[in-house]
Amino acid sequence: MRQQKSIFDNIDWVMVSIFLVMIFLGWISIYAAVYNEEHKSILDTSENYGKQLIWIASSIFIAAVILLIDGKFYTISAYPVYGLVMLLLILVLVFGREVAGSKSWFEIGSNFRIQPAEFGKFATALVVAKYLSTMNIKFEDNRTKLITAAFIATPALLILLQNDTGSALVYGAFLFVLYREGLSGNFLMAGVAVVTVFIVTLLFDPKTMMWIVGVIAFLIFIAGKRNWKNAMLIGGTAVVFSGISYSVGYVVDNVLEIHQKTRINVMLGKEDDPKGVGYNVNQSKIAIGSGGFSGKGFLNGTQTKYKFVPEQSTDFIFCTVGEEWGFMGSFVVIVLFLFLLVRIIYVAERQKSTFTRIYGYGVASILFFHFAVNIAMTIGLAPVIGIPLPFFSYGGSSLWAFTILLFVFIKLDAYRMQLLR
Amino acid sequence: MDLRYSDRKLIIGGVIVITGIIFLIRLFFLQVLDDSYKLSAENNVLRHMTEYPARGLVYDRNGKLLVYNEAYYDLMVIPKQVEDLDTLDFCNTLGITVEDFNQRMQKIKDYSRHKPSIFEKQLSSEFYAMLQEKLHHYKGFFTQTRTLRKYPSRVAAHLLGYVGEVDDRMTKNNVYYKSGDYIGVSGIEKHYEEYLRGQKGDKVMMVDVYNRPKGSFKDGEYDKLPVSGLDLISTIDGDLQAYAEKLMQNKIGSVVAIEPSTGEILVLATSPTYDPNLLVGRVRSENYSLMSKDEFKPLFNRALMAQYPPGSTFKLVNNLIGQQEKVVFPQTTYSCRMGYSAGPIHVGCHQHPSPLNLMQSVQHSCNAYYCNVYRNILDSKKTVREGYDVWRKHVLSFGFGKKFNTDLPSELKGLIPTGDYYDKIYGKSRWKSLTVVSLSIGQGELGTTPLQLANLVATLANRGFYYPPHLVKQIGSKKIENEFTTRNYTTIDSQYFQIVIDGMEQVVEAGTAARSKLKGIPYCGKTGTAQNPHGEDHSVFVCFAPKDNPKIALAVFVENSGKGGTYAAPIASLLIEKYLTDSLRRPLVEEFILNANLMPKPVEKPVKKEPVTD
Repeated sequence: MRQQKSIFDNIDWVMVSIFLVMIFLGWISIYAAVYNEEHKSILDTSENYGKQLIWIASSIFIAAVILLIDGKFYTISAYPVYGLVMLLLILVLVFGREVAGSKSWFEIGSNFRIQPAEFGKFATALVVAKYLSTMNIKFEDNRTKLITAAFIATPALLILLQNDTGSALVYGAFLFVLYREGLSGNFLMAGVAVVTVFIVTLLFDPKTMMWIVGVIAFLIFIAGKRNWKNAMLIGGTAVVFSGISYSVGYVVDNVLEIHQKTRINVMLGKEDDPKGVGYNVNQSKIAIGSGGFSGKGFLNGTQTKYKFVPEQSTDFIFCTVGEEWGFMGSFVVIVLFLFLLVRIIYVAERQKSTFTRIYGYGVASILFFHFAVNIAMTIGLAPVIGIPLPFFSYGGSSLWAFTILLFVFIKLDAYRMQLLR
Repeated sequence: MDLRYSDRKLIIGGVIVITGIIFLIRLFFLQVLDDSYKLSAENNVLRHMTEYPARGLVYDRNGKLLVYNEAYYDLMVIPKQVEDLDTLDFCNTLGITVEDFNQRMQKIKDYSRHKPSIFEKQLSSEFYAMLQEKLHHYKGFFTQTRTLRKYPSRVAAHLLGYVGEVDDRMTKNNVYYKSGDYIGVSGIEKHYEEYLRGQKGDKVMMVDVYNRPKGSFKDGEYDKLPVSGLDLISTIDGDLQAYAEKLMQNKIGSVVAIEPSTGEILVLATSPTYDPNLLVGRVRSENYSLMSKDEFKPLFNRALMAQYPPGSTFKLVNNLIGQQEKVVFPQTTYSCRMGYSAGPIHVGCHQHPSPLNLMQSVQHSCNAYYCNVYRNILDSKKTVREGYDVWRKHVLSFGFGKKFNTDLPSELKGLIPTGDYYDKIYGKSRWKSLTVVSLSIGQGELGTTPLQLANLVATLANRGFYYPPHLVKQIGSKKIENEFTTRNYTTIDSQYFQIVIDGMEQVVEAGTAARSKLKGIPYCGKTGTAQNPHGEDHSVFVCFAPKDNPKIALAVFVENSGKGGTYAAPIASLLIEKYLTDSLRRPLVEEFILNANLMPKPVEKPVKKEPVTD
């Protein structure tokens, strides 16, 4: 009895509260998005909001179970869980059901579908934390880096094979985790730089891009130490970037699929196609923009309710928030996310256990990636990559997965006190 | 504990917070500063649906319906919303070819991709019912109820006019009209367009992305209800008009009847005419081109547009001017020896007592008498030109040589030549009264319309004034006032009319129209023969009845039928009988007129398409 009490005592209620507020707001938004005057019952399980209620209830149950299980369990089970999820990811390629072009679903019964990829993030966060916190493992070793990379790349590649590019990209978020653990900042910088060059080249053309790279390189050289070593370094980088920008045309024409190409072009404003691919973004921007400062009011959103925004209860759920609650609503949701993410980092940093800290960064990175990409796409700052907004978007697998992800961390944090004792 | 990299938490935290701030700034621009999305949102969900008002009806003076509306359906399309259309199936349903479909869509898209356009006009109710079943397959298409004009008694085509689609010029110049709207093209449909059309309504509906209506926007707060057009009460007597058209069958000509005490037109018939239902809906353009090629020109409104020399009926005018100018008096006599001869000029006349006085000159329509009177008028002034100008001013005061400018569809003004005209032909001061003496008997360079002659007799009946002839007496619940109900006085004093009226009575009692005498209805008339250089002369008869307190003034023109007494006068007498007594007591006369075929050639039945009746 005493132990039970102490478990709940040590729980970080800030994170739990934010979680509860978010799933509540999420459910309200789904209700508003799907709301139809003819179907008023909130328990109607034929509608998404009715189903989501079941998912929410089961998630809370799962959260409770997670909190009750001994914290040691998670450190021990990291490898088995990872192995199991990888197995499921392979099995889904064989037995999975194809939905909207992605073969990433297991169908159980006629109404119940589960997406193992959602749980891959949790398993990977767990395994990376476990591996890097193992005695005698030094992140500085190249071997360690390679093995870590393999742990992360395996699920990403399996998910890519399912043709679910968006979910695969999420594994890029682990760069943050690794950066925190000592990966050179250049990787992060390089990643950002490559993406920037890629996009800027698409906007202009390789030749212009080369001039830009050249001028920037020259300016950096002038500003920095003017010696041979520096000149070589900057020159080399410039050549590499020029090479990248020249490869862009090839990549776009030969590597990317047509829909990916169009998405990129639409995002860059090179292709105006309101009824085609750009339609989603356009409608989404209209919905959010029309919300104004204080929004149209609960259930009064016309854009989302009348299905102008596609996938409004899943990937584009933020539109409903923007339209019905206006800038104030968007502000609250974004601040909630920032608060949660900063809180997770704060809690991760207070850990004495390396495992918990690394896992915590994994949680923060994954949630941040989802948050950033999802919102950026709904407000037209990123191409449409179909990934859900954590705790808001409709979907059982993702809600379960995010709940597990977060609550294992909360449990591990609570367990920290037990370790102390 | 590895603390080497713990500062990196700040960088990672910083990236997160900066991302959030970028989002908030972006959202602030999107939601608070930029208004354009609010506008887009409105257009996205709101569909403004035009609600067409019922066009006003037209009644005759006795409350009989002349024009009403019948519902039909237009198939509309909003090109932007057309999606996943099975073109072949759609074309089969409508019975059109894919090429035709593509052409139409291209044309519609050129007009607008976002606004509704008519794809197929005037579907019948049966077809509409069938289409309604399939319409949900055709995203972007919907139907709209409209109305077509319908003419139950099938008369008075020309004066009622017709309704047609607005042309591009109209949609450009007038914001009220949108492509596909209907507008009065001729007749009173055109003149009273603004009253008849009503006011279009605007229903604001919320629609979802599939363009399915989801109920009215804000409970109809922004809806504008259509306002029905105003009904018109015409001055026409529908039965009399129908009878006039019947009598004019197989004849070319026209009948105009006016109520002298108001200027209201009772009959405005032209022959050959057509069933007004022929110029309605989908069959209109085909019928129109058929009729416009017809050699007898059924589309030509002879009552207002045919300009004939008035013939002997013009003697009435010269008679009055002579009296007013004091060149002739009731007791003035002239003798006539089968005509009038002066120098090289001879104007022939027919057998009648001679000499005769002013009143008898009307009764016997003596040419010689009017040559004398006319020359006296012109020569009574210092110069002929001055005399002519005085004469012309008097003539114009009767409404000749100008338009009445009331509500009549495309009337012509006729021709009363100016002095300058003759100066030009003969040279200044080089022409004399004898030069233009044919004007005395209504021949020569004169052009008058049947309407103007009807107005002349109405003026005689009123002894010196007329109300401008018009076709509509009431708009909605408001009686027509102002210019239609002001008297136009002639320049002739009323005392001079009595002798003319007496003479006209004698025309009917014992003169050129004696065969058209009506028992118990003393009336006044004058026959005429309008010279026709192209063939047999046109027969003219003008009259008003009864002599005292006249109720109807008539002008009847029958082309190529010789003297006015033969056909024109009987037709007029039948109409008087019908109008005043509502009965016909002379079956033989009626039969004679109905059987008379005065068409230049045997008439082939004009090809007539059945009008749209559904």
